[in-house]
Amino acid sequence: MTRTTTTTRTTPAIGAAMTRIEGPDKVRGSATYAYEYPLDAVAYCCAVGSTIAHGRVRSTSADAIRQIPGVLEVLSHANAPRLAISDGSELAVLQSDRVAYRRQIVAAVVAESFEIATEAAGALEIEYDVEPFAVELKSDDPDLYRPDKVNPGFPTDTEAGDVDGALRSAAHVVDHTYRTPAYHNNPMEPHASIAVWEGDDLTVFDSNQGASPVRARLAELFGLPTGSVRVVSEHVGGGFGAKGLPRPVVVLAAMAARVVDRPVKIAVTREQMFAFVGYRTPTIQRVQLGADAGGRITAIAHDVIEQTSTIEEFAEQTAVATRMMYAGASRRTTHRLRRLDVPTPGWMRAPGECPGMFALESAVDELAIATRLDPIELRLRNDPPTDPETGAPFTSRNLEACLREGARLFGWSQRHAEPRARRDGRWLVGTGVAASTYPARARASKATAWARPDGSFDVELCAADIGTGARTALTQIAADALGAEPRRVRLGLGDTNFSEAPLAGGSMGTSSWGWAVTRACEGLRARLAAANGSVPVAGLAVEVDTKDEIERRAQRPAHAFGAQFAEVRVDEDTGEIRVARLLGVFAAGRIVNPMTARSQLIGGMTMGISMALLEASLLDREYGDYLNHDLAQYEIATCADVPMVEAHWIDERDDFVNPMGAKGVGEIGIVGTAAAIANATYNATGVRVRDLPIRLEKLIG
Amino acid sequence: MRRFEYLRPLDRARAVDLAANPEVKLLGGGTNLIDLMKIGVETPEILVDTTRLGLDEIESRVDGSLRIGASVRNTDVASDRRVRARFPVLSAAVLAGASGQLRNMATVGGNLLQRTRCAYFQDVTKACNKRKPGSGCPAQTGANRELAILGGSEHCIATHPSDMAVALRALDASVLVETEKGAQTIPLADFYRLPGDRPDIETNLPYGALIVAIDVPAPVDGARSSYMKVRDRASFGFALASVAGVLRVADGRVAHVALALGGVAPLPWRARIAEAHLMGAPADPDHFHAAIDAELQAAQPRPENAFKVTLARRMVVRVLTELVGRGEVGVAPS
Ligand SMILES: Cc1cc2nc3c(=O)[nH]c(=O)nc-3n(C[C@H](O)[C@H](O)[C@H](O)COP(=O)(O)OP(=O)(O)OC[C@H]3O[C@@H](n4cnc5c(N)ncnc54)[C@H](O)[C@@H]3O)c2cc1C
Ligand code: SF4
Repeated sequence: MTRTTTTTRTTPAIGAAMTRIEGPDKVRGSATYAYEYPLDAVAYCCAVGSTIAHGRVRSTSADAIRQIPGVLEVLSHANAPRLAISDGSELAVLQSDRVAYRRQIVAAVVAESFEIATEAAGALEIEYDVEPFAVELKSDDPDLYRPDKVNPGFPTDTEAGDVDGALRSAAHVVDHTYRTPAYHNNPMEPHASIAVWEGDDLTVFDSNQGASPVRARLAELFGLPTGSVRVVSEHVGGGFGAKGLPRPVVVLAAMAARVVDRPVKIAVTREQMFAFVGYRTPTIQRVQLGADAGGRITAIAHDVIEQTSTIEEFAEQTAVATRMMYAGASRRTTHRLRRLDVPTPGWMRAPGECPGMFALESAVDELAIATRLDPIELRLRNDPPTDPETGAPFTSRNLEACLREGARLFGWSQRHAEPRARRDGRWLVGTGVAASTYPARARASKATAWARPDGSFDVELCAADIGTGARTALTQIAADALGAEPRRVRLGLGDTNFSEAPLAGGSMGTSSWGWAVTRACEGLRARLAAANGSVPVAGLAVEVDTKDEIERRAQRPAHAFGAQFAEVRVDEDTGEIRVARLLGVFAAGRIVNPMTARSQLIGGMTMGISMALLEASLLDREYGDYLNHDLAQYEIATCADVPMVEAHWIDERDDFVNPMGAKGVGEIGIVGTAAAIANATYNATGVRVRDLPIRLEKLIG
Repeated sequence: MRRFEYLRPLDRARAVDLAANPEVKLLGGGTNLIDLMKIGVETPEILVDTTRLGLDEIESRVDGSLRIGASVRNTDVASDRRVRARFPVLSAAVLAGASGQLRNMATVGGNLLQRTRCAYFQDVTKACNKRKPGSGCPAQTGANRELAILGGSEHCIATHPSDMAVALRALDASVLVETEKGAQTIPLADFYRLPGDRPDIETNLPYGALIVAIDVPAPVDGARSSYMKVRDRASFGFALASVAGVLRVADGRVAHVALALGGVAPLPWRARIAEAHLMGAPADPDHFHAAIDAELQAAQPRPENAFKVTLARRMVVRVLTELVGRGEVGVAPS
């Protein structure tokens, strides 16, 4: 028996700029990512994508391909193992001959090496029965329909008051349509998996944002008890939503490993990242705002059109932020979808808020111009004291503080309201502002805290660190709850052998996992106290589940807020546009780790610069897929495009949202950025761009 | 697995010998060729590395010209003292291209022969007359924002992506090549071909030719030169349009002018019509406008790239105006 003390610390670990625990391993290359686990007798799988956009696979030249030396098996719908689902959805890999979109997986080659698999996959000939397809989203499409709900479970439409009447009688009205193109999440590390079967036990090394949900889904698909599946995801090189749910490749890896009876590796190529791992839907958004003479909003309508596939429904919640953002008695939001012959869209950093707030915050800027009010003043006049839909009080709402502090730091008072008023040589210079928001939610999670006889602690849960610094933040949270130095805490995550935990998504990671970690550590601390600090050789453990606590607590609208300020420079002759400065101030609760939080925020804002100026997946109307499927053609900001990005936050602690008082910071950084830049572009040039990206031809027209 | 042989000859004669084999592709820095092999656009049986042939010198010749070896790296061209002093347009053009890492690998010979970035050309599952003659040109009605407004045909409207070649075109450079039959000098003016009905044939290089060097003639006395490039992002992007300008003004009139346009045509486009308008004319923006308007009369913009006409016009006027007035013109602003 050893005595363990837990009360030696006075300075909290939360709030300290602790560097990433696994940083040195990553720098040295010793952190193991999914594709890198060394296994004997591993085989390689290469997926084959359809070259038609709609129809059926008639036949393949699999027999000929099997003769190629080194090829172990060719899988297609004709011989693939049957899964527990055959509904044609994305994960029903090779379960039918139907082709729902171009580049959908229709076959796969398993071979002794990556090169052989790739080459054989390229040589596989496939005959199709081709059917006509539709891939283009159009606002007047007669086949638009109303989904039952929008992601993840919000009502599709909302309506209060008399929007049309209020618009008719408003002193000022803006009514415009905004468009965003499709975007493809491209984390540095593409999706990758290694599947290993031992009898009916399946182990998968997988790159994902949540190993627990991957395990649950694999167990279901392969008809196994959950306990027979283990998913290991210790290090993950980003996800941005694309790895939030299992993708076809992990199913394919498990299937292929079953068939060849060897471990099988699969890695998605960069080109395939543009095909079957999700993307953000394009949107067409009509926003109508009515205001009285004093700039008080009387009517808000936000009507959204977006796409889904023919095989699954994903309805991005694009207008949901409009429901809580500004006051106004008459309000309406709607979402309409079109099922197209395209891959199913999915989550990408701030689904809903990101495209939706581009439209809303652009429209608010247009209303500021119509009402001749400063855009900050207009927002303050319409900052609702309570949730405008339900009247419920917000847990905290510090949009005003963000706007005011941002204005001060940015030097907003220097601004000319008139467009084209500032110049620097041939450059037109303009500034713009937009608000940011993102919900502060938490999901139930389990966590286990161990005291060890040597005075150290193990805190274990199947959380995901996708590069965000979650491991470090949770260590800090655990240290404070235990009253121990962070270096005495080992944080284990990314393995389904640990306590089940929700995925990294919806900016809920730190909230959900941190909550469970806090409770487990508090529980352990109490047990240690009861045992007078003595720890048996086997250690002392407490496992908790926050399900009851989270379900029991009162529901209140909880959101993080922010304000982003942009200064852009536009070359008057060429229309070249550069963001000279971007500054954000956020109210995101208590900041657990200022270093990793700042990198989340400036990372989101940088992604927002790309969204504003560069990013767009180009639809090939003739072939039906996305054309610019590599990072030479799909442009994102380079360092030279991001000269100065600053993220600040105001002092906020929201004890309602979770025991740490922290809201999430993973997504809010990309919300509003594109609008701030579009608004600044208008201020610089007098040209309003309502369809992203803002490219030079839109400015020199 | 698709196997290929890799050979690294150490002398030119051997390389030229090897190049006579139709299965051979010559390899420079590999920054374009290897990428195209990975996506199945190029499928050589044998790669012959040209970087150990002693073609990596820049030589100053008595007539004031420079001879740049074919395997000199792009970075070394741009940073060469003589290039920077005598041909600033060339240095600026090279630096405006690609990224630092790529320029460290890329060679002068490879840069001249890099292939178009047209999206259809890079996707073997789609039609493309350049890649597969007779299969069609989906770019005509599809994604053509980046493609040509001058010199295209109904069979192909690809643009040549090089920045360096645009500067060389304005400098009246020529290309030294060697084949089994001997050495030959091809003026850059005759080096590239317009697509016509054979977009797959991009140059007039003789069969099996090894590029040995590029000759850049002595600079015109008293002339200034500059390069301007416009792209979507601040760095690491291909030109939507670029202009290489060389200008000498005497007594307020144009005494010498050379103008080449990039990003707007299947080859680095020498604006001969504009030059003819400009020679002897007053060196002022009105005349610059009139001259480039005359050149762009022949433009055939496609639905997505009509902006290039406006853009090229404004860029030419700016480059010339700044050459007259304030000397140096920057590359792309940042
Ligand atoms: C992401 C990206 C961005 C880029 N951006 C730009 C840009 O903005 N501007 C720009 O100008 N370029 C840009 N480039 C292209 C780059 O400049 C070219 O890839 C490079 O110049 C090619 O040179 P290389 O030596 O690597 O050629 P390689 O790839 O080795 O060869 C290219 C071709 O030249 C032939 N070849 C090479 N050497 C010889 C020789 N001695 N004799 C005969 N034939 C030969 C090869 O057979 C091949 O057909 C970019 C490239 C990439 C990948
Ligand atoms: S423009 Fe040329 S390269 Fe592009 S698709 Fe047409 S033929 Fe091919």
